[in-house]
Amino acid sequence: MSVTSPLAQSVPAASGWKSRLHFLWYLTRRSPLTLVGVAIIVMVIIMIVAAPLIAPYNPDKLMLSARLQAPSAQHWFGTDEVGRDLFSRIIYGSRASCVAAFMIVLISVGVGVAIGCLSGILGGRIDTAIMRLMDVIMALPALVLAMALAAALGPSLVNSMLAVALVRIPAYVRLARGQTLSLRERVYVKAARTFGASPLYILRWHLLPNAMSPIIVQATLDLGGIVLIAAALSFIGLGAQPPTSEWGALVSTGRNYILDQWWYCTFPGLAILITAMGCNLLGDGIRDMLDPRLGGR
Amino acid sequence: MTIMRIIIPRLVMLFFVVFGVAVITFIISHLIPGDPARMIAGDRASAETLMSVRRDLGLDRPVWDQFIIYVSNLLHGDLGTSLRTRRSVAGDIATFLPATMELGAISLILAIVIGIPLGVASAIYKDGPIDQVARTISVCGISMPVFWFALVLVLLFYAKLHILPGSGRIDMGIALPTRITGFFLIDSLLEGRMDAFWSSVRHLILPSFVLAFANLGVITRQIRASMLDVLQEDYIRTARASGLRRRVIIFNHALRNALIPSITLLGLALGDLLYGAVLTETVFAWPGMGTYVVTSIQTLDFPAIMGFTVVASIGYVLINLVVDIAYMFADPQIREIG
Repeated sequence: MSVTSPLAQSVPAASGWKSRLHFLWYLTRRSPLTLVGVAIIVMVIIMIVAAPLIAPYNPDKLMLSARLQAPSAQHWFGTDEVGRDLFSRIIYGSRASCVAAFMIVLISVGVGVAIGCLSGILGGRIDTAIMRLMDVIMALPALVLAMALAAALGPSLVNSMLAVALVRIPAYVRLARGQTLSLRERVYVKAARTFGASPLYILRWHLLPNAMSPIIVQATLDLGGIVLIAAALSFIGLGAQPPTSEWGALVSTGRNYILDQWWYCTFPGLAILITAMGCNLLGDGIRDMLDPRLGGR
Repeated sequence: MTIMRIIIPRLVMLFFVVFGVAVITFIISHLIPGDPARMIAGDRASAETLMSVRRDLGLDRPVWDQFIIYVSNLLHGDLGTSLRTRRSVAGDIATFLPATMELGAISLILAIVIGIPLGVASAIYKDGPIDQVARTISVCGISMPVFWFALVLVLLFYAKLHILPGSGRIDMGIALPTRITGFFLIDSLLEGRMDAFWSSVRHLILPSFVLAFANLGVITRQIRASMLDVLQEDYIRTARASGLRRRVIIFNHALRNALIPSITLLGLALGDLLYGAVLTETVFAWPGMGTYVVTSIQTLDFPAIMGFTVVASIGYVLINLVVDIAYMFADPQIREIG
C-alpha cells in the first residue's frame, strides 16, 4: 500500500457492490412500475441481440403472393405491400431504432461531459465562453434545430443521429460543469489535492464517479424521448430511409395504407410507444433511487 | 428599478441568441451538400444559366459577404425565396402561421385546463386511484409517438367510426371565412358564419387533442410534483392547524405557490408544442407551418427550411423571455429582493 491508500478507500470496495445490488433490487421491488420498465428494456435488448432467432421470417424477403395480408397465425402482425412479414421487420427494426437512440445519448453524454468537466476545471474566460455558447444553443428550440441540421446534412439515419446528439450536448455540458464546480470544493477532493494527487487522478477517481449519478439519471430519462425523436425524424423522411426496417420509417410507409390495412402502421408505432415507456419508467425509477429526496413521488 | 436589473441582461442575451440563430442557420444552409443554384436552374441547365443563377443568389461572392447580405436581409424581414413555391418565404410563413397558432393555442389551453386539475387531484389523493390514473396518463403522454397517436385517432374516428374529419381545417364544401385574423374560429364568428365555425371546431378536435396529450403529461407531472412539495410546507400545516377549510388551503395557499415554478415550464412546453405541431400537422394535412416545413424538407427547399428555423427560434426565444419576466412578477420572493 502506498500513499494513495486513504484516497482509494473513498471508492466503494469490490465487496460493496454485492450489497449495493441487493439494495437496488429491494428498491425495485418496492416500485413495481420500475420493474415493468426493467422488463420492457430487457425484452427490447433480447429483441436487438437475438433478432435472427426470434423473427420467424427474413425481414427483407419479398413474397408478392402474400401482399398486405391481415394478421394471422402465419403472420402475427400481417404483411406489407411487398409481402414482407411485419413481425419480423419490427423485430429487426429494434436494431436501427434503439441502437440509434442509444448512440445519440452516448455521443451527447460523452461529448457533453468532456466539455463540461473541462470547462469546470479550467474556469476563467474559457469557461465563460463555453457556457455562453451553450446558453445560446439551449435557448433555441432543440428539435427544430435538429430538423434543420438533419435536412442540411442530407436524409440518413447517421445524419439524423448526429443532428439530435448535437442539440442534446449543452444539457450535459451544464450538468457536468455544475457537478465539477460543486465537487471541486468537497473536503475529500481538497484532501486528495493535499496528498498530491494529480488533477487527472482526481478527475478519474473523485470527480467522475461522483458526478456520474445525476448524469446517468438524466441520460436514462432522455433515452425515452430520444427514441421518440429518432422515430419522428424517420417518419418525416429525415432518418432511416426505406427499405431499412426502422420503426418510424415503417409507420411512415404504413400511413399510405391506413384506411384499409390498419395493422401496417399500428404495430410499429406500438413498438415505439412501449420502448419509450420502458425507458421513461426505468428513468423515473433510477431517479427515485439515486435521489432519496424525491422517493415515493 | 431592481426588475430592470434582471431584465436588461436578458435583453443583451436575446441579442446574442438572435445573432446565434443567424450564424447557425447560415452555416447550416451552406453545409447543404447539393448546389442550390443547380436546384433552381434544374438538372439540364447550361453552364451559363448556372453561373447567372449563382450570381443572382450571391453564391459567387466570398462567404463573409454572403453572411453580411444574409443578416441584412434578415433584418429587413427578407427570408429569401422558396425554391418550391417561388414566393417569398416570409410571405409563405405569414400565410401558414395563423393555422399553426390556432392549433397550438387550442391545444395549450386544453392541456392546461385538463392538466392542472389532474395534477392537483393527483397530489391531494397521492397513491389513490385518481393518482394512479393521472400518473398512467402522464407516462403515456410522455412516451407517446405523436405522429403515431395522430394516425391511430384518424383510423378510429375518421376511417372506422366516421364521426370526425381526418384532415384539413374546414370542410371542402364550405367557403373559407374572410381572412381577418387568420384564425378560422375567430374569423367565422366575426362574420357570423356558424357553418364555418362548427366545421372548424370539428376539424380542430382530433389534432388539438393529439397535440395537447403530450403536453398534458408534462404539465400534470410538474403540477403534481410542486403541489407535493408545497403541501409539506410549514405554512400549510399552520393553515390546517388554524382550522381553515380544506378547499381554501388547497386553492388559495397551496396551488398559488405550486403554480409559480410551473410558469417556467410553460415556456419550455412551447418548444414541445412547436415540434409536436410539425408532426401533428403532417398527419392531419393541417395547412400550417409544420406541413410547410416538412414539405420543404422533402423537396430540400432550404430557404424555406431556414426561414422556418429563424422564425420558430426567434419566436421561441421571445416567448421564453416573456415567460421569464412573468415568472419574476409572479414570484414575490424575486419581486421583493430584486
